[in-house]
Amino acid sequence: MSSPALARDPVEPNLVESTTVVPPKIEAKQPTITTPSPQGAAIGALAARWYRLNKDKLQATLIGTLSLVAFLIAWHLLTKYRVVFFVRFTNVPSPLAVYDSFTRAIHDPKFFLHVALSCRRILVGFSLAAVVAIPLGLVMGRFKRIHEMVFPVAEVLRPIPAIAWVPMAIMLWPTNEQSIVFITFLGSFFPILVNTLHGMSLVDPVLVRAARCLGAREASIFREVYFPASLPHIFTGLTVGMGVAWVSLIAAEMISGQYGIGYFTWEAYSLVQYPDIALGMIAIGLLGLASSLLIRAMGRFVMPWGRT
Amino acid sequence: MNQIALNTAETSAGKGKGRIDVRNFSLSYETIDGSVEAVSDTQIHVNPGEFVSIVGPSGCGKSTLLNAVAGFLKPTTGIVTVDGEAVKGPSADRGMVFQQYSLFPWKTVRENVEFGMKMRGMDRSKRERAARTLLGLAGLEAFEKHYPDRLSGGMKQRVGIVRALATGPKVLLLDEPFGALDAQTRVIMQQILTNMWQRLKISVLFVTHDIDEAIFLSDRVYCMTARPGSIKAEIPIPLERPRQQSMMMSSEFLGLRRGLMSLIREESLKAMGGEITDLGMQGLSIELNGQSLADVL
Ligand SMILES: Nc1ncnc2c1ncn2[C@@H]1O[C@H](COP(=O)(O)OP(=O)(O)O)[C@@H](O)[C@H]1O
Ligand SMILES: [Mg+2]
Repeated sequence: MSSPALARDPVEPNLVESTTVVPPKIEAKQPTITTPSPQGAAIGALAARWYRLNKDKLQATLIGTLSLVAFLIAWHLLTKYRVVFFVRFTNVPSPLAVYDSFTRAIHDPKFFLHVALSCRRILVGFSLAAVVAIPLGLVMGRFKRIHEMVFPVAEVLRPIPAIAWVPMAIMLWPTNEQSIVFITFLGSFFPILVNTLHGMSLVDPVLVRAARCLGAREASIFREVYFPASLPHIFTGLTVGMGVAWVSLIAAEMISGQYGIGYFTWEAYSLVQYPDIALGMIAIGLLGLASSLLIRAMGRFVMPWGRT
Repeated sequence: MNQIALNTAETSAGKGKGRIDVRNFSLSYETIDGSVEAVSDTQIHVNPGEFVSIVGPSGCGKSTLLNAVAGFLKPTTGIVTVDGEAVKGPSADRGMVFQQYSLFPWKTVRENVEFGMKMRGMDRSKRERAARTLLGLAGLEAFEKHYPDRLSGGMKQRVGIVRALATGPKVLLLDEPFGALDAQTRVIMQQILTNMWQRLKISVLFVTHDIDEAIFLSDRVYCMTARPGSIKAEIPIPLERPRQQSMMMSSEFLGLRRGLMSLIREESLKAMGGEITDLGMQGLSIELNGQSLADVL
């Protein structure tokens, strides 16, 4: 008795459903099949909308490209006609000559060795600086006694440009490689330290009090409040430090190096290979740009709450 | 499931605990010009589960008093106790809500609410559930993954309240929490705070300079004198609960309001009169005591 009822019950709603569902399906299909033009219009509207939203960015890109092209043309003309007007362009390589030496360089493993060595020095020197300066800055910012002890020494050493350390570095370290890394370390150390300290000094005391009220102890407050609150300034320090690291590295390589992109550029001058000078300079510029972009990307990854 | 999470907050908050006692209290700040007495000879108490407000002219020492209850300031004389235990420093037993919201900008709404529970060592899934439930009570469940940066002032302060309640404190201290909000938002926030207070049966000490707000929310209102602040009057608010916005037009409400208003005005004038005579503008200060100018103020 009950089983036919059970069997019938699920069937009936299905039938009802299928009869009611099918017509709308057909209705819904018809316009999409027969009229492809609205779809095209929709894509057009979407593109227009995208254009409107990104108009400023597109314009900026366009203007940026144009100004780069203008720069290249000016460079080309100045060198082609060997302009002498206070500045002498007589021996300056033309963009085409530099392009030539670029195509040669990318088939030359030695060029890559120069680039790779410079990158390694930056990586080691800069990372060491970050690993030492960030914790030091955090601790100095938190504990007055440590600040009082370290700050005077830091203030005396800070104004000395890293390049001025070259002779001292050569005396201090057994190998040239180590002294160059040391110079790079010094260059980036102080900007990172100073900015970390600055970040610590700006931590909102109300946030610290809020954390205390929620039961946070000293270590937790340090980890959960002081550190993240200082992060934006720490990243400012890292960006500045990276820039100074390149400046210091190139100078050190030019003075005491055997390899590296700075050495490559200086050597090109000694060997009268003028296009290589410009090639070295451009390579340095691009490497510096890439490393600062890398740090910016890291900052965005580490600080998802930031607006930028 | 959600009910369980809520119960943890309810049971740890409830149990009829949370009596605040402030006895023979005074507090002076040490400055270059010597010590400045901010609060003098003050006695207040909050019964378990009671909602008590402190009103008074600005600079009279309301925040000072509240910060001493929170444990951020030590009384110069006297003692602060909660459930008979002397307050020695800040603790999760006394939740605090600040006017400046003070949410952690690097934490999402839910992470902010979870903070106190995380500090207590509660495991992740449990505190996640509790945070969701509490956010639901404040109508914020849709924003749990947002960073505070993107919230309106009212939402931020709701998060601030929820965060303070999430550890199941015995008492909740609020220092002009709605002072930075517009009038409409403030009314909604008052309603939300009342709901949460009744739900969690927690003692509340609420500082404000808004008389309507104090009357609308409280069981009892302390009115403070100008600096050095002390208690000028203690006014019970016998309005029945639940309270509606429309009650603010009732004669009972207006009567209470008039009484409090005149008490506060006297003190505000005293505070301002002091400043004005300091500037040597005696004539103006005499005029200020007249009713007409006082009304303008
Ligand atoms: N850290 C401080 N040092 C010196 N004086 C202070 C300090 N904090 C507050 N005061 C003074 O104590 C008095 C009370 O301040 P406060 O408690 O913030 O008042 P309220 O919250 O009622 O506006 C004010 O006159 C203020 O100037
Ligand atoms: Mg205040």
